[in-house]
Amino acid sequence: MNHQLIVFLKALLGSCKDLLPIILVIAFFQFAVLQQAMPNIGDILVGLALVVLGLTFFIYGLEMGLFPIGESMAQAFAKKGSISWLLTFAFCLGFGTTVAEPSLIAVAEEAATVAAAGGIISNTIESQLAYADGLRFTVAFAVGLAIVIGVLRIIRGWPIQYLILGGYVVVVLMTIVAPSWIIGIAYDSGGVTTSTITVPLVTALGVGLASAIKGRNPMIDGFGLIAFASLTPMIFVMIYGMVIS
Amino acid sequence: MELFFEFLTTLKETVVDVLPILSIILGFQLLVIRKPIPHIKQVGFGFIYVLIGLALFLLGLEKALFPLGKMMAEQLTAPEFIQTGEQVLTSIHWTDYKWVFIFAAAIGFSTTIAEPSLIAVALKAEEVSGGAINANSLRISVAIGVAFGIALGSYRIVVGHPIHYYIIAGYIVVVVQTFFCPKLIVPLAYDSGGVTTSTVTVPLVAALGLGLASTIPGRSPLIDGFGLIAFASLCPIIAVMAYAQLTEARTHRTTKKLEKRKRIKEEKRNLNRNNEAP
Repeated sequence: MNHQLIVFLKALLGSCKDLLPIILVIAFFQFAVLQQAMPNIGDILVGLALVVLGLTFFIYGLEMGLFPIGESMAQAFAKKGSISWLLTFAFCLGFGTTVAEPSLIAVAEEAATVAAAGGIISNTIESQLAYADGLRFTVAFAVGLAIVIGVLRIIRGWPIQYLILGGYVVVVLMTIVAPSWIIGIAYDSGGVTTSTITVPLVTALGVGLASAIKGRNPMIDGFGLIAFASLTPMIFVMIYGMVIS
Repeated sequence: MELFFEFLTTLKETVVDVLPILSIILGFQLLVIRKPIPHIKQVGFGFIYVLIGLALFLLGLEKALFPLGKMMAEQLTAPEFIQTGEQVLTSIHWTDYKWVFIFAAAIGFSTTIAEPSLIAVALKAEEVSGGAINANSLRISVAIGVAFGIALGSYRIVVGHPIHYYIIAGYIVVVVQTFFCPKLIVPLAYDSGGVTTSTVTVPLVAALGLGLASTIPGRSPLIDGFGLIAFASLCPIIAVMAYAQLTEARTHRTTKKLEKRKRIKEEKRNLNRNNEAP
């Protein structure tokens, strides 16, 4: 028990260190640059304590739950030997985790508001909702497809750089033909898709697959799934923009 | 007590967000793999810890950091702050925004260090590489990349250049680096672009971008407000590959130095031997 307490306290200290830069930055700008007093300091201290505690629990659970389940499923699929089931799982994981992703929902709504203000879509709630939902499902589909391509790459052992660099070429070409108002949103959509729970799961899945398949190196073949998941949404959102206008 | 209810609400929201993932995992495990989950008890507790941790984390951010950070982004980009004490300028010079750029870099660096998904990937990379990749060095390189990216992205919004020139230039750098950097790091570097921007970074950075785009005359939030996140996902790729290149160069140099020292020693020994010989 005592030993566990020490481990927990150490983890807590680690989280404090992770958070220290933010505290310093906020304090510096508040006092030195904006020259204001800290508003409701009590709330802030409570909030910071919660963040530290939350981060500690998250990392604890990560090693206990998320990493093991991702790897054990990867190994089970590799043993089963059915590629089609593995790819179905990959698509569902990508689509399912993205479609409900809060930061994507937030960005889609923001984009809809701005699009309505800019006169791209009509200024009614229904058309804004339709636009935001369309954007959300497009990105989710793109992420599902990305994980499928990424898993296929691990199975076949394709080198990642040609696929990603090929993707970049497509992004550049699409940028030329896509309407200019969608470009910023499209580029951003690549970054917001991958959530805090998806990333560890998908990483563990990739590393697990690469270690279960003969001749694959977990370092070279296991990583890279997230890279695909941040690339394809850009392409698909630009297609979405072209379809809408 | 009120805090506890807030926590329950956040926990409920987190559970709802995680429900699709959970049902996919359970569905495939039960219907396709058809085997019990190994160490089910431990994994179950792990999931509960993750949920509680994430809920606490989000609640804390909502309470402490987001309101303050967003307010700062608004105040720093407000015209009154930019033009302190002077008469209203007819044209804005980008150097007037120096505090915005410094803030952008600082907030980009510090939020990335606290980003849970980056911690996850860094831990995994350290484990898989057998310690050859240090989790903290990886996180710091990514954070430097994000800091530079967000500062550069803010500069772009201020001067109003089209985003795609920057992104395409960044892609070219990535392509060139890919051919020269150690092969082991390439997939991890590509991944680090996607993992940097999630829970902590996105809300603050989005506030900064929209604040900038809506206060600078001639910028539209629609075209110029977005794009900061794109910079924050591109620059870490470059930073991580650069980190690998630097490490490689350094080890290369030390091995060369050692070899040189060895050679000199051997030559000396040979010389001594020759002198001793009659």
